Amino acid sequence: MNYLASIGSYATMVREVFKKPTKWRIMKSLILKEIDELIYGSLGIIIFISFFIGAVVAIQTALNLTNPLIPRNLIGFATRQSVILEFAPTFVSVIMAGKVGSYITSSIGTMRVTEQIDALEVMGVNSLNYLVFPKIIAMLFYPFAIAISMYVGIFGGWFAGVFGGFLTSANFVEGLQMDFVPFHIGYAFIKTLIFAFAIATIPSYHGYYMKGGALEVGKASTTSFVWTSVVIIILNYLLTQLLLG
Amino acid sequence: MIEVNDIHKSFGDAHVLKGISTVFENGKTNLIIGQSGSGKTVFLKCLLGLFYPEEGDIVYDGNSYASLPDNEKRNLRQEIGMVFQGSALFDSMTVAGNVMFPLEMFTKQSKSEMTDRVDAVLKRVNLIDAHHKFPSEISGGMQKRVAIARAIVMNPKYLFCDEPNSGLDPKTAILIDNLIKEITEEYDITTVINTHDMNSVMQIGEKILFLKDGLKEWEGTKNEIFKTDNKSVTDFVYSSDLFKKVRQMYIEERN
Repeated sequence: MNYLASIGSYATMVREVFKKPTKWRIMKSLILKEIDELIYGSLGIIIFISFFIGAVVAIQTALNLTNPLIPRNLIGFATRQSVILEFAPTFVSVIMAGKVGSYITSSIGTMRVTEQIDALEVMGVNSLNYLVFPKIIAMLFYPFAIAISMYVGIFGGWFAGVFGGFLTSANFVEGLQMDFVPFHIGYAFIKTLIFAFAIATIPSYHGYYMKGGALEVGKASTTSFVWTSVVIIILNYLLTQLLLG
Repeated sequence: MIEVNDIHKSFGDAHVLKGISTVFENGKTNLIIGQSGSGKTVFLKCLLGLFYPEEGDIVYDGNSYASLPDNEKRNLRQEIGMVFQGSALFDSMTVAGNVMFPLEMFTKQSKSEMTDRVDAVLKRVNLIDAHHKFPSEISGGMQKRVAIARAIVMNPKYLFCDEPNSGLDPKTAILIDNLIKEITEEYDITTVINTHDMNSVMQIGEKILFLKDGLKEWEGTKNEIFKTDNKSVTDFVYSSDLFKKVRQMYIEERN
């Protein structure tokens, strides 16, 4: 029953976020700040992880292709498919649930503990719109980060494959172009946008409705990471079945 | 003027406010006192509209809060200034940014008009040099003064303060008390202060409301509090040796 109550409360929160908008002049600066904090501030870790994930996928594929009849360009193909379909949108989103999610929960949770949210409400500000809406809009730019992740991941695969001596650059590029289905990119970005909404709103929910002090802010951050990851994994399954099944 | 009519508030099985009625007048500093757990904070949050009472009504200058439509409730909130216990300043904004925030949100003033108003209000609370500092860079007393400046920047009709002296040294506490009293008279606003600091009661209390177990146990002026025979009030007021001596002197003088 608690889970159902939480889902209902989350849905109510999302509805409130879109009510009584904050002045555009203020909202614009909040959105730019959140883009800087949530997207631009995460590019470093996204690039770092994506490069090495792509490299490891290429090495693992190469090491498992022991049959001489299987062409080496399959390494490029496998890297492309793994990175575009799963590693960039899903794996990076789980990482972002930790990095961005805990930042969102702790910043909103600290505002709750220090009565800053009460201060907004007393002034007549829709605190949910003021705090959560800019994060949702900023996360609309998340697919750009994932596009960079795809590019860097594939580059990592090429780097490890070619410089590890597993295949030639031409082989890798040939594999990249083999059986390419453009909708797979669309599928990845649809997933990314839905994950972006979850990453912006679930941690906000945990921060906004938390009770207690500094210790509870830490607990709320952990809980929000767990729930955001669980939701991403379940949504990933459902979306894959719906869009590719 | 704020009229409170028989308000009740519960959280689950806990009946926190059990029917409180009182009147807070314009231009006066009204103090709510009582032990921890007596319902002071819940009462204040009901006055602020952060909690909705299940029964009873709060009337602000003839407007019943419960019957106001949502947009008018928000308009009313813009006439309320609040000083929170921990100041509740926005960490990411400078002192000037904090004070300017309500103006940016709710007025159509130009940047220069807003800056002039912020300067005037910060000057009023003696903080003219702290414009560009962040809340983490100033003392607790200064944070309280910034909170007062933010609360009065919109020329509120009602000022609420939750434990404005908590965590402050006695000298700074007196400064904050006097500042609140001066502003109340200067702006002719209805000020309600939630406190358990007896020094504040003696310093600025014009009307005092004593809560106990969610009920109004006693109300009166600061002079009347010395004369009362209400045991709960005397136990609370004379819990410190200093005030016991003051009461002793008062009784000796009377005899």
